[in-house]
Amino acid sequence: MSEQAPDRGTDPAVDEPKLVVDGVSKWFRTPRADVHALDNISLQVAEGEVVCLVGASGCGKTTLLDIIAGLTRPDAGRVFADGQLVEAPGRQRQVMFQESALFPWLNAYGNVMFGLKLRPDLSNRERHKIAHDFLELVGLKKFARAHVHELSGGMKQRVALARALAPDPQVLLMDEPFAALDAMTRDQLYEDIQEIWRERRKTIVFVTHNVREAVCLGNRVFLLSPSPGRIAQVFDIPLARPRDINSVELASYAARIAAALKGSVRAAVSE
Amino acid sequence: MRRLVFVVLFFAVLIGLWQLAVASGRWSAVLLPSPLAVAEYLWSATLDGTMLEAIWVTMRRLVVGYMIGVAIGLPIGLLTSSSQMLEDTIGALALGLQTLPSVCWVPLALLWFGQTEGAMLFVVIMGTVWSVIIATDHGARTIPPIYARAARTMGSEGLHRWTRVIVPASLPFLVSGMKQGWAFAWRSLMAAEIFVTILTGFGLGHLLHYGRELNAMDQVIGTMAVIVVIGLLADRIVFSPWERFLHRRWGTNLGNS
Repeated sequence: MSEQAPDRGTDPAVDEPKLVVDGVSKWFRTPRADVHALDNISLQVAEGEVVCLVGASGCGKTTLLDIIAGLTRPDAGRVFADGQLVEAPGRQRQVMFQESALFPWLNAYGNVMFGLKLRPDLSNRERHKIAHDFLELVGLKKFARAHVHELSGGMKQRVALARALAPDPQVLLMDEPFAALDAMTRDQLYEDIQEIWRERRKTIVFVTHNVREAVCLGNRVFLLSPSPGRIAQVFDIPLARPRDINSVELASYAARIAAALKGSVRAAVSE
Repeated sequence: MRRLVFVVLFFAVLIGLWQLAVASGRWSAVLLPSPLAVAEYLWSATLDGTMLEAIWVTMRRLVVGYMIGVAIGLPIGLLTSSSQMLEDTIGALALGLQTLPSVCWVPLALLWFGQTEGAMLFVVIMGTVWSVIIATDHGARTIPPIYARAARTMGSEGLHRWTRVIVPASLPFLVSGMKQGWAFAWRSLMAAEIFVTILTGFGLGHLLHYGRELNAMDQVIGTMAVIVVIGLLADRIVFSPWERFLHRRWGTNLGNS
């Protein structure tokens, strides 16, 4: 825990990035072969920044997110959050998963309460209030008592968002959270995410294979190329917020990234 | 309502066929009593208390042995699911012993415990515990790993993770396992009661046994009917509703459990 992040500036309060990924590599050993999932990935995320990781499936972007979360250990390299070495999952980094990871034995309220109950610094009254506030924030106040199987796909991911936000993490890690939703539900959630981000300025790392989604949400978009996963290109997205996913400017950025994505996949295949 | 009518009709036809077979006179009344004779036996056995006494004795053995079996089997099953070494050792032992028909425990139980309630309990526990271990182990292994991952990110570790995530997540499988354990316990107890006479209580198995000794076919068939009805009620009232409820809420598939 005493190790310090590299490249620490002279004025840490201003310059220190929220997240530092430093030379991370990962191999997966399967019976047939060693798969080189990530190769020497380095990136930094500033406080309050939204960074999107895009890439074809199998480029290791979910693995990278797991490593940042502390759920998976890298084979080489290190991850620092607030200058602290990441060795295990921590409450400051909450993950919102691809599929619904809500607990079906709890109702919506119980799911949001799960993480809050693990915070000894809160009283029961405070927990109760926070849970209700976050359910209201995601527009599910009326569904606090609803069980998971009674909720639609979009509502489930809203509860998951409330559950991830409720313990007040500094960093929100999102692993293709909207991939299974229909387009209309997704568009609404993009607006909601941007609204929540505007109010709370969470640092967000958002993994997706949807380029438009990445451009809509990200301050920067990292393009990962597959086998092994490497950062192929980084795009700054200087568009004003809130962004409309269907706008023309957004589409032109997305087109450029999509073209680069195609190129990176082709290069990997021919390699 | 329509369903009920069909069910009643089905069983009425079944009893009608039985009555026809009796009326044909091809079989001696000693071997094939009429439905009425069986009903009369059940009525008189209810009135003089032998049937209720036997049900009470059997159910007490079953429920006590079963509860002990579940209380032993659940934690062991959770343990074997958490470690490959325990799975290879205790898990393999449980699988092996589960394939052993539980009536095979009866000689051992008699030698160890004599003709006592202890022997009965032992047979029921042996009938229950292995299948509960295996079902629990299977259930805890089948739960989506994403639950454990989500729990870890929220700071749930160790005992908290076991009691708040792993056990509730595998609940539908646990209930399926408990249902299976119940079926095995029920079978093993009947076998034990038929084989072994224990003076501290005459159960349903003993009624069957003495029915045979006395050539009282009405008693044999009547007792069998009671055993069937108890099994049906346990399934329909206790296990199946729970199982259905849990699988629906958990979104797990009932088809392959």
